Amino acid sequence: MAESMQAPVRHRRRFRPKHPIAHLVLCVGAVFMVGPFLWQLSTSLQSFGESVSVPPTFLPHSPQWSNVTTVFGALPFGRELVNTTVMTIARTVGQVLFSALAGFAFARMQFRGRGVLFAVFLSVTMVPYQVFLLPQYQIMQKLGLLNTLVALFLPGMFSAFGTFLMRQFFRQLPIEIEEAARIDGANILQIFWRIMLPMAAPGMIALGVLVIIWSWNDLLWPLVVNSDPRQMPVSAGLASLQGQYTTNFPVLMAGSLLASLPVIIVFVVFQRHLMSGIAFSGVKG
Amino acid sequence: MSGPSTATAPAEARPIRLRTTTGGRRRPRPPTRDSGWWALLFLLPAAAGLVIFEIWPTFQTIYFSFTSWGAFGGHVWSGLENYRTLIADSDIVHAIVNTAIISVISLLAVPLSAIVAALLSLPGMRGVTVYRTLYFLPVVTLPAAVALTWKYLFNGDYGLINWLLSKIGVNGPHWLSDPATAIFAISIVGVWGSIGYNMVIFLSGIRGIPTDYYEAAELDGAGRLAQFFHITVPLLTPSIFFVTVITVINSLQAFDLIYLMVGQQSPAIERTETLVYLFYQRGFAEHDGGYAAAIGVLLLLATLILTAAQFRLQRRWVHYG
Repeated sequence: MAESMQAPVRHRRRFRPKHPIAHLVLCVGAVFMVGPFLWQLSTSLQSFGESVSVPPTFLPHSPQWSNVTTVFGALPFGRELVNTTVMTIARTVGQVLFSALAGFAFARMQFRGRGVLFAVFLSVTMVPYQVFLLPQYQIMQKLGLLNTLVALFLPGMFSAFGTFLMRQFFRQLPIEIEEAARIDGANILQIFWRIMLPMAAPGMIALGVLVIIWSWNDLLWPLVVNSDPRQMPVSAGLASLQGQYTTNFPVLMAGSLLASLPVIIVFVVFQRHLMSGIAFSGVKG
Repeated sequence: MSGPSTATAPAEARPIRLRTTTGGRRRPRPPTRDSGWWALLFLLPAAAGLVIFEIWPTFQTIYFSFTSWGAFGGHVWSGLENYRTLIADSDIVHAIVNTAIISVISLLAVPLSAIVAALLSLPGMRGVTVYRTLYFLPVVTLPAAVALTWKYLFNGDYGLINWLLSKIGVNGPHWLSDPATAIFAISIVGVWGSIGYNMVIFLSGIRGIPTDYYEAAELDGAGRLAQFFHITVPLLTPSIFFVTVITVINSLQAFDLIYLMVGQQSPAIERTETLVYLFYQRGFAEHDGGYAAAIGVLLLLATLILTAAQFRLQRRWVHYG
């Protein structure tokens, strides 16, 4: 956007980039940021011997694709990827839907106790989530849900932060549209579902991508609630793979790469929405 | 989900009627007024979920911290027993010191990400999206993948870092198993992993600064560096404040990297374990729920005190435009 807006002002050929020193600094920084991933990629295709050789091997001599099959054989790795996917989808759908409903109520409805209730929601965002952990575990235990997929996603479907974020988005939408619809005879449900929700789609996608990333990467809760490898998400599964293959780094790197690939793809595809979600929570937090 | 077309259509069709109905009043009243029962219905799922899974549990944890747990899960009121143990526990002292070290080092990410954001915001800068993607990659990557990769890089015998150090004549330590270096190695990975997130907040903060300020400064002959220190930094203080609070709160909760990179068998664990790591150990590995709850309360208090302190201090240095 910004570049296309600047283009007509200065018709200059851009063969030489501006700010060479800035680019130099940023490139050096980028090497540090991306280096570990390239190393991961290279190692994942090395033989065990290459991975522990000194000097280190930068490019594998003959790519060892068998590392990938070793990962799938060593663990119920495929099953864990499915578990992670189910957990992530359920948490994301729950959080986005419930946050949108509550956020809309806070942004656009008048009711007694709104201020107090909103203050309660906000104060929940301040509590570190480890404080909930023991009682949440007990709830799952009492419901007989330990070592089930439901335990992985149930508490994660509700979010005070998500409600706050959605409220901010709904507040930005023009009130005139809602009014016109109301005069037109639409009831609250129709206004919400047919008019406000589609308009809040960018906000919902932003929240959704944030939840996807948090959920995919969540470690502590799965560790606490699921000890059966077949019911674990891949975040905890990789940790247990580490125990089995203490120093077999090619296999560990292949597993790491495979397990983080889906969420990296989501990030690249929805980058713009994700950035706006973070900026939104930051600037107006 | 029929897309935005349904959203805009009624608005365009009704502007005239809208005016006639609100004609007498000075301001249109909020359309969804007096919607108490509907509001209840809309709030119910989120509110019920929060009460069951977060609000009530917070009070339960506070209650648990005054109990001791029997082998069969029964709570016995034990008064301040857990807190007495807490004060005398040398592991807690370690955990607090380690958490503090990690917090202080993690603050390095604040100026680093501010510099990256400032460079990316230079007028006419190219490739912003590419840089942003690369710097953000660590934020979205699975912690287990990050931890395993860095564990390999930090390996004392055949890790890349020690090989690079040997090129400049330095004999690198066994970073993660050496109690003297483990916490620094972990903190560096933490900084590496949080630069991208902070950078995004700074980028949007810088974007919010009116360009006239820079134009005026340029007319007055201020150089890039002077502009950075006299315009960008002061006007960015709200973002700097937010990022600082978030960074400190996040480092209070450090767990994943320690669990994954050091682990309980390592000789370095005593020098790296944090409050949350200890909470997990006591509560779920050793099944001492009451004591773990006391650690949870300590964490809650630390978070509230530090956040309150930062809000108090912000009056001294944060400028709101």
